[in-house]
Amino acid sequence: MMTLFGIPTAALFGQLLLGLINGAFYAMLSLGLALIFGLLNIINFSHGAQYMMGAFVAWLALTYLGANYWVALVLAPVAVAAFGIVLERTMLSRLYKLDHLYGLLLTFGLALIIEGIFRQLYGISGMPYAVPKELAGGWNLGFMYLPIYRAWVVVASLVLCLGTWLLIEKTKLGAYLRAATENPALVQAFGINVPVMITLTYGFGVALAGIAGVLAAPIYSVNPLMGSNLIIVVFAVVVIGGMGSILGSVVTGFMLGMLEGLTKVIYPEAASTVIFMVMVVVLLIKPAGLFGKGA
Amino acid sequence: MHKPDALLKVSGLEAWYGESHILHGMDFEVAAGEVVTLLGRNGAGKTTTMKSIMGMVAKRKGSATFGGTETVGLASNRIARLGIALCPEERGIFASLNVRENMVLPPVVQEGGMSLDEVYGLFPRLLERASSQGTKLSGGEQQMLAIARILRTGAKLLLLDEPTEGLAPVIVQHIGDIIRQLKSRGFTILLVEQNFHFAATVADRHYVVEHGKVIDMIPNDQLSQSMDKLKGYLGV
Repeated sequence: MMTLFGIPTAALFGQLLLGLINGAFYAMLSLGLALIFGLLNIINFSHGAQYMMGAFVAWLALTYLGANYWVALVLAPVAVAAFGIVLERTMLSRLYKLDHLYGLLLTFGLALIIEGIFRQLYGISGMPYAVPKELAGGWNLGFMYLPIYRAWVVVASLVLCLGTWLLIEKTKLGAYLRAATENPALVQAFGINVPVMITLTYGFGVALAGIAGVLAAPIYSVNPLMGSNLIIVVFAVVVIGGMGSILGSVVTGFMLGMLEGLTKVIYPEAASTVIFMVMVVVLLIKPAGLFGKGA
Repeated sequence: MHKPDALLKVSGLEAWYGESHILHGMDFEVAAGEVVTLLGRNGAGKTTTMKSIMGMVAKRKGSATFGGTETVGLASNRIARLGIALCPEERGIFASLNVRENMVLPPVVQEGGMSLDEVYGLFPRLLERASSQGTKLSGGEQQMLAIARILRTGAKLLLLDEPTEGLAPVIVQHIGDIIRQLKSRGFTILLVEQNFHFAATVADRHYVVEHGKVIDMIPNDQLSQSMDKLKGYLGV
């Protein structure tokens, strides 16, 4: 058996791949959170529930409409975004002038309600969702076995994150978004309809969660609590990366996923807490986060 | 001194910041092509007047018409689209945008604005520093950028809030030249100033503001006769 630093390579790379997959989800979710926090000043605690809704839209579309995975990949983010836009217009928009805490409490309450409804309707045992046949199977790379679907998730996440980053950093629309994050009143006084931009940004942020939910469906089972299991770690990622930092959330997401995977090989007992230990250290040394600006 | 062709006509304008009542019935007019200043002590309500015209205060009453259109009750993005642009006191340069992005951020709201080349012609320094981060510019350059970026939008009325504040005399002179050039290009300018020596070099008329009201109007050609009165108003 091949080994590296005394660890069997198959186990090492296997765990690193799992870490990379988790990291892909951390990155997509924390990216949406960072976007929303930057412009709306809302810590969107219902992000995990919206990720779960994305997975459920995929499952419901397959079960009741016979719509396949690829259709779900378009349908779920649109549905989750539409739901998010209604939330933003009817509730969140009333909180922008208040402390962050109010947005956090409202979205936390919404998350509990949404998850409660889904639990009532579908139970907590979880529904299986098959890997689409185009992405079934895997490649034997010699040192490890790589399931095609998992490679696809990593690539899709990278493309989404890179695409979002380019949109924000390199386009006119992104310049409006960055400027409005700094000084919304002035951007609006230049003639931009900032309230509509805020609504669409929330929609876009939760659509990312919706897509992540569809990508997750064949890997984790579709169940009402899949989001709340993940969201706490994602918030740690956001804190470590720096609240509101787009690049920070993506890089930190992938890095911490890998770190988690590595810890599973080296010292499995610490795997579920290593991210929070990093969070504590980062908060002590650089409270604004690794990529955060300001104090 | 009623001007029938007032482009901006402010009457009985009141404004609040939260609970504080700042403007108590401002009355003044700016005719097309004029450069008019608002003079007054700190806290008199000059900046609030600018923000109220732009729709950036929480609560307004009274009237401010632009080209005959009532702006009180419109959102600030709608007011901008009528052809008014603000250069704010704090300059409002965006740190997350480079100079070029800052320059082209305000959308073109009407035809007839200056082209980007013409704007860079007025401010060549901004072209040299186009890829610098906006807030890495010097104070004078940031002020230039804050003025430059509203010239290509097609706005007819420019609200310049203390463009000379904290700048070296040579830069203040340069900004004076720019304002005179803009006037000759047909821009209408409402200027907030603390420095009435500077104001006298660019403006046609001066309104004196105190406690959120206009208390006097002095045409620029009568400024020297009115100097004692003006010094009394401003407490200098």
